[in-house]
Amino acid sequence: MEFLRPAGWQEALAAKAAHPDAVPLAGGTDLMVEINFDRRRPARLLDLSRIPELRAHEAGPDTVRLGAAVPYRTVVEELRGPLPGLALAAHTVGSPQIRNRGSVGGNLGTASPAGDAHPALLAAGARVEVASVRGSRLIPVDEFYTGPKRNALAPDELIRAVHVDTARGPQQFAKVGPRNAMVIAVCAFALALHPHTRTVRTGIGSAAPTPVRATAAEEFLAGVLDEGGHWASGRPVPPAAARRFAELAAAACAPIDDVRGSADYRRHAVAVLARRTLHWTWAEYGRDPREAVEGAA
Amino acid sequence: MSRGTRTVRPPRQALGGESPGGVGESVERPDGILKVTGEFAYSSDLWHEDMLWGHTLRSPHAHARILAVDVAAALAVPGVHCVLTHADLPAATHYGLEIQDQPVLAKDVVRYEGEPVALVAADHPEIARRAAALIRVDYRELPAVHDEATATAPDAPVLHPDRTDRHAAHVAHPNIVHRQPVVTGDVDAAARAADVVVTGEYEVGMQDQAFLGPESGLAVPAEDGGVDLHVATQWLHVDHRQLAPVLGLPPERVRLTLAGVGGAFGAREDLSMQAHACLLALRTGRPVKIVYNRHESFFGHVHRHPAKLSYEHGATRDGRLLYVRARIVLDGGAYASSSPAVVGNAASLGLGPYEVPNARVEAVALYTNNPPCGAMRGFGAVQACFAYEAQMDKLAAALGLDPVELRRRNAMSQGSTMPTGQLVDSPAPVAELLRLVKARPLPPERQWETVDAATGAPGVDVRALPGGLSNAGHGEGVVRGVGYAVGIKNVGFSEGFDDYSTARVRLEAIAGEPVATVHTAMAEVGQGGVTVHAQIARTELGVTRVTILPADTSVGSAGSTSASRQTYLTGGAVRNTCLAVRAELLRRGRERHGWPEVGPRLEGGKVVAADGSVLAPLVDVLGDEAIELELEFRHRPTQPFDPVTGQGFGHVQYSFCAHRAVVEVDTELGLVKVVELAAAQDVGKAINPRAVEGQIHGGSAQGLGLAVLEEIVVGGDGRIRNPSFTDYLIPTILDMPSMPLDILELADEHAPYGLRGIGEAPTLSATPAIVAAVRQATGRALHRVPVRPEHLVDLGQDGVA
Amino acid sequence: MRVRLTVNGRPRTADDVWPGESLLYVLRERLGLPGSKNACEQGECGSCTVRLDGDLVCACLVAAGQADGAAVDTVEGLRRGDELSPLQEAFHEAGAVQCGFCTPGLLMAAGELLERRPDPSDADIREALSGNLCRCTGYEKILDAVRLAAARTATAITTEPAGEPS
Repeated sequence: MEFLRPAGWQEALAAKAAHPDAVPLAGGTDLMVEINFDRRRPARLLDLSRIPELRAHEAGPDTVRLGAAVPYRTVVEELRGPLPGLALAAHTVGSPQIRNRGSVGGNLGTASPAGDAHPALLAAGARVEVASVRGSRLIPVDEFYTGPKRNALAPDELIRAVHVDTARGPQQFAKVGPRNAMVIAVCAFALALHPHTRTVRTGIGSAAPTPVRATAAEEFLAGVLDEGGHWASGRPVPPAAARRFAELAAAACAPIDDVRGSADYRRHAVAVLARRTLHWTWAEYGRDPREAVEGAA
Repeated sequence: MSRGTRTVRPPRQALGGESPGGVGESVERPDGILKVTGEFAYSSDLWHEDMLWGHTLRSPHAHARILAVDVAAALAVPGVHCVLTHADLPAATHYGLEIQDQPVLAKDVVRYEGEPVALVAADHPEIARRAAALIRVDYRELPAVHDEATATAPDAPVLHPDRTDRHAAHVAHPNIVHRQPVVTGDVDAAARAADVVVTGEYEVGMQDQAFLGPESGLAVPAEDGGVDLHVATQWLHVDHRQLAPVLGLPPERVRLTLAGVGGAFGAREDLSMQAHACLLALRTGRPVKIVYNRHESFFGHVHRHPAKLSYEHGATRDGRLLYVRARIVLDGGAYASSSPAVVGNAASLGLGPYEVPNARVEAVALYTNNPPCGAMRGFGAVQACFAYEAQMDKLAAALGLDPVELRRRNAMSQGSTMPTGQLVDSPAPVAELLRLVKARPLPPERQWETVDAATGAPGVDVRALPGGLSNAGHGEGVVRGVGYAVGIKNVGFSEGFDDYSTARVRLEAIAGEPVATVHTAMAEVGQGGVTVHAQIARTELGVTRVTILPADTSVGSAGSTSASRQTYLTGGAVRNTCLAVRAELLRRGRERHGWPEVGPRLEGGKVVAADGSVLAPLVDVLGDEAIELELEFRHRPTQPFDPVTGQGFGHVQYSFCAHRAVVEVDTELGLVKVVELAAAQDVGKAINPRAVEGQIHGGSAQGLGLAVLEEIVVGGDGRIRNPSFTDYLIPTILDMPSMPLDILELADEHAPYGLRGIGEAPTLSATPAIVAAVRQATGRALHRVPVRPEHLVDLGQDGVA
Repeated sequence: MRVRLTVNGRPRTADDVWPGESLLYVLRERLGLPGSKNACEQGECGSCTVRLDGDLVCACLVAAGQADGAAVDTVEGLRRGDELSPLQEAFHEAGAVQCGFCTPGLLMAAGELLERRPDPSDADIREALSGNLCRCTGYEKILDAVRLAAARTATAITTEPAGEPS
């Protein structure tokens, strides 16, 4: 096993181009477990922890550019304002120790359907900046997950940053696990209200082969909100519509039975979380709907 | 590969120093400072110049024939020093606590997933792992048995043909390890007289002890051709007894020293890496260290027997139990381990701490191709307690009685007779324990609601809610429930076992001060036995300085650190030996100084007469003649249970604990938060009150784990689905609530200081109390533990009712 | 591969490190510092918790090469001379230690908490220690210990001469 330690980004890209089999290593919270338990023996490890720009973030007016190795703790402590959904998700990751090392970029690299960041990224609307010596590209997060633990990266590409739209409305993230801390999601749900476009977006974790959006639920809810004039009035969503939204969220799942939970339970729980996060976000929005709409303009 | 520059770390650590505090005081641990500084040497910390790393190749199949093993490729790896298979075993090939049915390395058949097949010793753990991966084993899979129906079918594959053990003769099928009935009274007549009958089928999942310090040790070949093994275990001498024949060495050339033990809870009662490390060390002539990682640990030790239990309780209209019928089926897995004793406990304690005039109980343990099961805290009594306490709640509901009142009406007490015919001849304050937990005020409701100090805005603290940090809910659908349970556990080894411990105590003058040195083979696994031994020596010998020598096999056996027995047995041995040392000292004084026969006592480093006057400082009496004695201590003998009726004086002492659980359940998601877990326990005498509290807290936490979190999930193919701390979840600090305690000290006149073994009873009743509370909150029957979220919600409605 | 790092203030070097080795392995097996414990090696128990350039991390999930050039603080560095730290003392006195395998990691995590928040609520303590599993104590005495250390540190600060917080 070889340990590659690029000191800068270009050096990292060159190393990845020269050794497409090199496995990127940042916080180590996934890869080191596989090495410790002898499940994986990559020929090369590509340590990205020495590249300062990967640990930096810039918050612009419309987007936050989050370096791939920015630890969850930073998201929780410094980005709760612009990225409330992602910050809530980051707070549910593992333990304080894990949140000091694990990163959104790492979550994307592993692309486990159980990764806590994914639903929040899907709901907020994020683009993954990936690069190689051939150049860089932005991949909409919806297109990033290509299968269970597979993503859209080419063999010579690395994740450089994640661009997440700054929240212009309330966002929520909720997950279910039998333990009250340090637990992998049995399932998770994220919801973001986007008052400036009068849309909502969702993200579902651990309930399909990849993280997914509940697009039918989003469209249904956007229609209800529009037709009922809810964006302007801030009036609560009618209970029947909330129920339907939850049903459609559950219908977007394609879960399996495993030791963490049954497929039926996952569908059920996603529905409950969809209903709850809708209630929470809308309650927050409803406290001052016009300000939210105008502030977004 | 180099090891850097290091000195050899001494594995032996004597504990000592000056510390006040005798029996009855909350004395600090003598190993506490070493443990908070990181200097305490656990078995996985040991290191030796020139040591090799051992690694175990394990079976991927639950049941398979081994057709061929080829180790050539592994041996060819540079840095590999030795590869061993069954063919290389020098002497005895099997071991076992009671029944020697477990191969050191599998020969021609593997009976469970993870069974050791071959061993490698190499310079670095990674070299050993890579070499092990090159060992070629050809298997032919065999049909596996995984439950009672498949294991006892007429055409079932017999896992252990040609059994010669003492249980083989009285079981109906060779895949039944042991069967123990308990029969008393006339159940059929009582059933006809019963006004109310409740029945239930219950199931307990496979729990793991999940100690934090993985199986590990260091075997060092000795100049005399023998071996010194430094290991984390629960019972040095039973390891020793099994190792010498396997190594083909005379017992005196196999020496064991206890290394630091990172928890045990039953999982270290059987051998794991002991024989393997010794075999590799003897073959290579080099020290060999083996350390399991967490994944391997799940395959490296026995687990708690999963159980299926059927109960029928009949009572009069006013809530008097008339009879109980019970059948308990325990899955022992591939090897016997301690299954026979677990069966004895399940049968004899299977009706709970109640007076039951008529009973018919049957408990059996099976051989299957599932992971081997054996000792875990609570040992057969845990499984039964979940079922009989669920039955008591069911009966209370059927009678319209308060569940605590029903228990009180049937509670046993001193003078009661067990279903085994045994008289309960020491305090059994079952009703009082229940009264105490019930009398406590309930914790405040809706503790998750917060108010912003600045704005007064209401908020939510998810840490106080079901789901905790996952932000699953903000109080929606949360319902509170309260549940009660009480249990009965035996203390010490039962059924006629010659249960004893040994202590060597030396009293001498060192640098003008009297010093007591206590040497036992007791495995300190965290419970605080070393603290207790020092306290006893201080109290009985009137000294402040006590040294606790490392536990090893150069002193007589202490028996196992299990069955809640060590304070009773080894504490008793230390006390008795101290008393004998004291007697010898006073005899000297009488002979040399004419002290009176009656009256002198040892206090504050002096011999004090009955009137309080000082007869002499201890150091003067001792001079340069130390007094050293090694004595055995036994509890009163027990008897085997009759194989047909289960009658007999089987247990030496009983231990009782009651719990009240207050839970809050997110009824939409099925998430549980235990808000408070109150316990009351009779401990006879609290030798170290703070350590007693720690045992009740810790034991209860394991009961909480079984109630709502912990299960090794075994598939129909016999394979473990969750061998990791990612998917085998033990309680975190956010899962374990605060625990108000009531501790009674009602002396058992048969026991040293009147004490009662305490470690296990709290694990029994915590589980059923929590499940009862969840039942109350949800209205669901809940026949199985652990309770999973999906058991608490109606599925198929997508949660959008 | 060679790894140079500063452990508890002292420069240390490990040679011939296999690149798949964790910082935990290097500390325990190459540098003679086994205080950080190897309970799960998958970041799910906190027993190997150390400070890496000040951050609380699981040493089992840090590749040895990633620690090259870093400052690592372990349980072995908590004691000042012969004096236990207030937290070490509190764990010892409060009965927070049984088998002790979780203790080093808990001390590191609790120490970081008290640095950030000298007077934590019970909920804060629980959250901060939620990545550290203990199988023996049921956590009650661990809570006691952290409360005790916090109270004593607060008292020490208020009673000591100005400019010399302990």
